[in-house]
Amino acid sequence: MATEKYFGQSLKRVEDPRFITGTGSYTDDISLPHMVHAAMLRSPYAHAKLSSINTSAALDMPGVLKILVGQDLLDAKIGSIPTGWLHPGIKLPPHYAITPDKARFVGDIVAAVIAETRQIAEDALQLIEVDYEPLDSVTLGSDALKDGAPQIHQEAEDNRCFTWHIGDKIEIDAMFAKAAHSVSVTLRNNRLVPNAIEPRASLAQYSKASDEFTLWTTSQNPHIHRLMLAAFIMGIPEHKLRVIAPDVGGGFGSKIYQYPEEVIVLHASRLLGRPVKWSARRTESFLSDSHGRDHETEAEMCVNAEGKVLAMRVKTIANMGAYLTTFAPAVPTYLYGCLLSGTYPFKGIYCEVHAPFTNTVPVDAYRGAGRPEATYLVERLMDMMAGKLGIDPAEFRRQNFIPADAFPYQTPVALVYDSGNYEPALDKAMEMIGYQALREKQAALRQEGRYLGIGIISFLEACGLAPSALVGSLGAQAGQWESALIRAMPTGKIEVFTGTHSHGQGHETSFAQVVADELQVPVADVVLIHGDTGRMPYGWGSYGSRSAAVGLNAIKLAADKINHKAKRIAAHLLEAAVEDIEHSQGNFHVKGFADKSKSFFDIALQAHLAHNYPTDLEPGLEASHFYDPSNFVYPFGTHIAVVELDGDTGQVKLIDYACVDDCGPIINPLIAEGQVHGGIAQGLGQALLEEAIYDDSGQLLNASFLEYTMPRADDTVMFKLGHTITPSPHNPLGIKGIGEAGTIASTAAIANAVVDALKPFGIDHLDMPYTPSKLWRAMQTAKQRGLGQAAD
Amino acid sequence: MYTSEFDYRRANTLAEAFELLAQDPEAKLLAGGHSLIPAMKLRLANPSMLVDISQLSELKGIGLEGEVITIGAMVTHRNIEFSSLLKSHLPILPEAASLIGDPAVRNKGTIGGALAHADPAADYPAVMIALDASFKLASPNGSRVLRAEDFFQGLFETALAEGEILSEIHIPLRAGYQMAYEKFAHPASRYAVVGVGVLMKTANGICQDIRVGLTGAADYARRLNKVEDALNGQSLSKTVTQTASQDAVDVDSLLSDNFAPSDYRQHLLTVICSRALNRAAQLS
Repeated sequence: MATEKYFGQSLKRVEDPRFITGTGSYTDDISLPHMVHAAMLRSPYAHAKLSSINTSAALDMPGVLKILVGQDLLDAKIGSIPTGWLHPGIKLPPHYAITPDKARFVGDIVAAVIAETRQIAEDALQLIEVDYEPLDSVTLGSDALKDGAPQIHQEAEDNRCFTWHIGDKIEIDAMFAKAAHSVSVTLRNNRLVPNAIEPRASLAQYSKASDEFTLWTTSQNPHIHRLMLAAFIMGIPEHKLRVIAPDVGGGFGSKIYQYPEEVIVLHASRLLGRPVKWSARRTESFLSDSHGRDHETEAEMCVNAEGKVLAMRVKTIANMGAYLTTFAPAVPTYLYGCLLSGTYPFKGIYCEVHAPFTNTVPVDAYRGAGRPEATYLVERLMDMMAGKLGIDPAEFRRQNFIPADAFPYQTPVALVYDSGNYEPALDKAMEMIGYQALREKQAALRQEGRYLGIGIISFLEACGLAPSALVGSLGAQAGQWESALIRAMPTGKIEVFTGTHSHGQGHETSFAQVVADELQVPVADVVLIHGDTGRMPYGWGSYGSRSAAVGLNAIKLAADKINHKAKRIAAHLLEAAVEDIEHSQGNFHVKGFADKSKSFFDIALQAHLAHNYPTDLEPGLEASHFYDPSNFVYPFGTHIAVVELDGDTGQVKLIDYACVDDCGPIINPLIAEGQVHGGIAQGLGQALLEEAIYDDSGQLLNASFLEYTMPRADDTVMFKLGHTITPSPHNPLGIKGIGEAGTIASTAAIANAVVDALKPFGIDHLDMPYTPSKLWRAMQTAKQRGLGQAAD
Repeated sequence: MYTSEFDYRRANTLAEAFELLAQDPEAKLLAGGHSLIPAMKLRLANPSMLVDISQLSELKGIGLEGEVITIGAMVTHRNIEFSSLLKSHLPILPEAASLIGDPAVRNKGTIGGALAHADPAADYPAVMIALDASFKLASPNGSRVLRAEDFFQGLFETALAEGEILSEIHIPLRAGYQMAYEKFAHPASRYAVVGVGVLMKTANGICQDIRVGLTGAADYARRLNKVEDALNGQSLSKTVTQTASQDAVDVDSLLSDNFAPSDYRQHLLTVICSRALNRAAQLS
């Protein structure tokens, strides 16, 4: 029996053998008898009225079974896809799975073909004649808000979806008026394409016999999909729809949302009485998976005469894309404006957000969701202010941290930080990278005309999306608690059911470690079951680094209930009082009598046999728990990036990276490190490589891996990882979250490093991504002004 | 499957490949498939038949006969990258091969496929022009041999006639020559934004003979005669190569895209060209 704790051990992931040997089961791997295939006809125009659609030639093709257009769905009373977060005054134009009136972005679905084979379905797409009446289009948020911009939805005048603000503008303006120094920046936070390795896919099966639907789909939160499809879109009674998210190859937010294709395959399976599958081609992923970021921001920060932070003023235009997807309204508001205090004690912050519709792919949460945008903004401004004051950026941050004795800490932007201790993380990261020596090396290299850049940032994030009453008061249309069910079987083996979902996070390993510790059983005796509304209890899924902070704490509390009951069974079997039963060394034994003991197996067996059993106790050994935390959790840390800029080509290369993350106690260091590695690489992607580029006519120019640059191993370095541990005081395990931290931090760290490399050129800000031609151009312009020569 | 419908036939001999091609005017040859298959998935190419020649043993060897190295058209990038014969005689070729795509691409992609496809940003063409390679173009009526610099004729356009198959690459040995291939890769595709291959013979720091091939910058690979002329007979220094590289920018139909607008590409051309020249001339 287990005696050593699994918590803190780098167990290899039990998921990996199936993933790396190609034996996982993803949605597209599933084939059902009599299955047919769907293909989507997507608008090639960014904005066009649909004058007519002629499907007769396509319908005549042998093997074509059905063609659906927007009107068919309206006739079938299929509803609009709702958003899951509302703000006062928000405009909610309909979002139909197949647009019936006009196409609003390149990729908007105008018809769907169902055919015997995928090839026939794809062939038939080419025979559908759509008479498009092209309209003027707009892709940039600020352009959409201008007078005379093309009107995208009649329900949203001037393309305004909502405006939102936090803070008292008059009060903040007064702070700026009295401030000693201020800096300002105008920036664009580049639009990103999520690009999970597994494209989205859906397979729907309708059983006429039971009048039940089963939907296999690429989802981070199957219960949310079921709820939205049942209650709002399809009119299917919730208990007649089972949603299964089998193995899912990455989400990064993009698989949270309810997409049109799921609606289409469900409806088609009902019409045809046959299973219907759709799988995205990579181009379709580019053109239809909700994108991330895309902010245009003007911001100012001010400090007092002692260089202490005072206030911030921010105006952001957050592009919503053509339609609102599930969490879109929350991302540039509560997950952005409320994070602007970072790790610093600002006296006041005013942030206003304007959210327009545009003729682009919808924008929603993408790894970090609002927090990378906030961190990037705050940490750019911190660097600019340090530069203005002539203080080393590390030192400037140290002088401005919220002190360790100030927690719980109330920020001026609503959040109350649960715990934090920022300076040790900064010290440790600086030591790991050799900060002082690097600064000296940088100065020496500048003399030789070589451009080293060092970017240092301190970050904080709010994750573990939780207190339901709080998120509800802010506009969430869902609860944010989690539930768990633990079921011991007669053989002592244990099933753990969770409403969270693992699509790369390794929950099957890390969650099992915690359960094995709590129940003092071998980890191999525990199996985690998730991703199936037909098997697992209700839960709201995985995003916002919430699975461990919320879901695993629910599991822990359910395990406490199992232990509580097990003690009562042990007391009965050992003829002792319950309070005399101790649980240690994997056994339940009578205090002081190690030989009077029962194993977990003994107890689980007896719980099921109930032959020799307390009369006042229910048989069986299972427990569930619903856990709604009292606050978010607030991981933090310091990341330092070192880059070298090639002055001839403008190419920038990451050459060193050190980070110290504090996510509270770490369950499985191997998995946590993997999360940080992937996160840093993803942030590097935004900083150096990635940007979805629309042309004037609304075409996404780089909708393929030939043009859109994803980070690769050789773009990175061997990351130096460290951590400090500051537990959360308000959850039973003390854990925070680590899923997004790397991305939230590294984007800003690498951005600051590149701008630092450009310092000899007199540049204090440049927008991401730092592509070679952009940097070359910036250097050229500076050189024309006599800046940036060696020994500058 | 989301390509159009097509037949797949594997040719066992070159003669059989010609026969299959003759049967169907819409047929296309399949080598490594790394350019053709993606184009078919996007339905930019819709061949009715694929004639797979990737397994033809008669197109697979790398050999030395007399003063000429012969490479079969279906030799993979990977085999070129690791060929000890090429490493000792024409190291620029394994070097260029090692920079193509990624290991998966190099395991499948073939030199003949890449050359016949004539992607303007492919790596080999610059090297082939620098090495003065010639290509054997086989057809049912016999074969002809064409110099690399005459083979590339436009964007994805070559001198290959209907029904011809590029079967062999011939490269003269270059004892006493130095060579270098420098590339600025597109970070996504890893194709060359600018690639410059240099073959150079020097004596006492003076350039005796030089050939420079360019890829990536323009609509098709070409020889940089002006750079060669500027250096032939010159005493080499970094200043001299730098000045000569300025001549490289005088290129027709410079490509331009989001990643490398034409003015930036022009600048890159001078940088990459001088880096290749400096390395070949061993100027540090």
